[in-house]
Amino acid sequence: MEFIRNHGRKGIAARRLVSVAAVAATVALLATGCASGSSSTSTGTDGAAAGDLSITFIPKQLNNPYTDVVLGGGKKGATEAGFGATQVVGPLEASASSQVSFINAETQAGTKVIVIAANDPDAVGPALTEARAGGAKIVAFDSDTNPKYRDVFISQVVAKDVALIQTKLISDQIGGSGEIAILSATANATNQNGWIKFMEEELASNPAYKDIKLVAKVYGDDDDTKSFQEAQGLLQAHPNLKGIISPTTVGIAATARYLSTSEYKGKVALTGLGLPNEMRPFVKDGTVTAFALWDPAQLGYVAAFAGKALVDGTITGKEGDKFTAGALGEKTVGADGLVVVGPPTTFTKDNIDEYDF
Amino acid sequence: MTIAPTVPPGQSERTDGARSGRLGALLRLRELPVTLALIALVVITTIANPLFLSPQGMKDLLLNATIVMILAVGQALVIITRNVDLSVGSILGLVAFGTGTLFANVPGIPIVVVFVVGMLLGAFLGAINGILVTVAKVPALVITLGTLYIYRGINNSWAGGTQYFAGDRPEAFGSLSVDTVFGFPLITLIAVVVIAIVAIYLNGVRAGRDLYAIGSDPDAALLFGIPVSRRVLLAFLFNGVLAGLAGVLYASRFNSVGATTGTGLELSVVAAAVVGGVAISGGSGSVVGAAIGALLLTTITSALTAVRVDKFWQQAIVGMLILSAVIIDRIASVRTARKLRISEARDV
Repeated sequence: MEFIRNHGRKGIAARRLVSVAAVAATVALLATGCASGSSSTSTGTDGAAAGDLSITFIPKQLNNPYTDVVLGGGKKGATEAGFGATQVVGPLEASASSQVSFINAETQAGTKVIVIAANDPDAVGPALTEARAGGAKIVAFDSDTNPKYRDVFISQVVAKDVALIQTKLISDQIGGSGEIAILSATANATNQNGWIKFMEEELASNPAYKDIKLVAKVYGDDDDTKSFQEAQGLLQAHPNLKGIISPTTVGIAATARYLSTSEYKGKVALTGLGLPNEMRPFVKDGTVTAFALWDPAQLGYVAAFAGKALVDGTITGKEGDKFTAGALGEKTVGADGLVVVGPPTTFTKDNIDEYDF
Repeated sequence: MTIAPTVPPGQSERTDGARSGRLGALLRLRELPVTLALIALVVITTIANPLFLSPQGMKDLLLNATIVMILAVGQALVIITRNVDLSVGSILGLVAFGTGTLFANVPGIPIVVVFVVGMLLGAFLGAINGILVTVAKVPALVITLGTLYIYRGINNSWAGGTQYFAGDRPEAFGSLSVDTVFGFPLITLIAVVVIAIVAIYLNGVRAGRDLYAIGSDPDAALLFGIPVSRRVLLAFLFNGVLAGLAGVLYASRFNSVGATTGTGLELSVVAAAVVGGVAISGGSGSVVGAAIGALLLTTITSALTAVRVDKFWQQAIVGMLILSAVIIDRIASVRTARKLRISEARDV
């Protein structure tokens, strides 16, 4: 009995030791995992504060492939517009309040133009108000702040243009007649539902599309696996389907992957909104002939010129103001300080290699 | 497909008397309800839409099920020991992203090496689960909930915004999940071989039988001299290996792998195992049943789409299946208990 109890106690002690070791190992694992990501919070300083005209970009988060392209265009635009110093600062995590400390730092540094993609339209408000009181001009891009906190907002595209280019692409690809379906993101996604509404109106009202019949709308929830299965289901449920529109980057890529690995490749047309890097193999192998998206680089590019125009006093952000955005020509400020960059870009096998995002 | 009898140890001697016989044994199979459900589903759907069983339709069905099947088989191993592993989605995600990284950064790496590396990574992550569960003596539900987030966190910080696409991987790797042999996709054949091996291990190898004993009554198993901790650790490790395999196959099958790959998969996997007759309280069920359960759940998704049933019903139907599986299981165990009581009374 005594022996057994002793044995038990020893066992507990040993077990405790091992469990401490296990916890330590887990923590170490965690720490090394985190360390690899959290090393940089500020990148890219093109030229010191030598030039008196400084511009700072604050994206939603750093290390995002889409953001990198936007910022690439922004830096190019800033140089062409004549800014002496361009900086990119920002959080690693796209949370509501994470941008505030970066805005405060820019205010203290006396930065002339702050270009921001807001993670939350209101959380950045007080900090931006302070920056403006200090003489900075605020340009929102990609994702707007509450209009009262910024001078202008640079928007990608007009919602209706996005819808129309997709109906036109599908009509061209299926020869203007036949059954089509839409594979969207979630059933309640604001963007996609707005576009789908415009598409339905266009299909119903435009005589050029009178032979096109929209037979189904399905939702892949912006999930690769689910979109994939929805694409399969569409083709099974509708044997006469001639084309699919997928107005979401996840959906179009998943559908393209399914089509390219099935007997439907080349027989069923696919278009929508996609990222060139993701769609390149499917364009090259003939699964997809053309799809669309705005060029994110132009967003940053126009934002830089808008900042310059604000500093120069060319524009104040009221409706009807005009400024020149370098190679992209003249831009007009719309209602609520809205500047639309331009029509979406169509990607085909001829131009897809010119884009890297 | 082999159908393995899964009478738990200790109950096998009651099959004497007039009631035994082939039909009786068949009716007692735990895989029977799920198999019948699957057959009924396929037949009804095919009548409604003949395209459902076209060569392309068959291929899609099997391909969709393959990855969940492998995961469900691993999960069954763990559940049979009265544990559960919720971190499989995160393990799959890490391995899938690792696979993408390997192909992108080591040009010309042999595909076999990628499979081995993926399964080793899975084994390592599974072993961490196993060690924590057996050493800390905390329910596996809590431990693996923790590692679910830890593994996902590591994946997030490792991947960041990076995604690897099908175009980054060699064509031969992608065609694993496109090419077919006699109408069966290659990766499905891989899965069938894996299921067969695990089924033989569970039924024919003593260490495999031990898992049932542990799940039926861990304390009794310990008294009986079964190395419980070692067996449970091994079950988690195997599950990790299978999740690793599934991760590599995921990268072959789907277009993009990134920080969120495999998120939320764990619940479908547990559901597949339970629907396939693996009792969540441990000690009974089979990997073949779990695999058929996975096939059933993925087939429902495709079937509902093929007959144009509103998508939003799908989850409710899966839920009803889980409930009926649990109720069938409960009725069966009550009946078994009553029979045992009667036979024991007679023996006295």
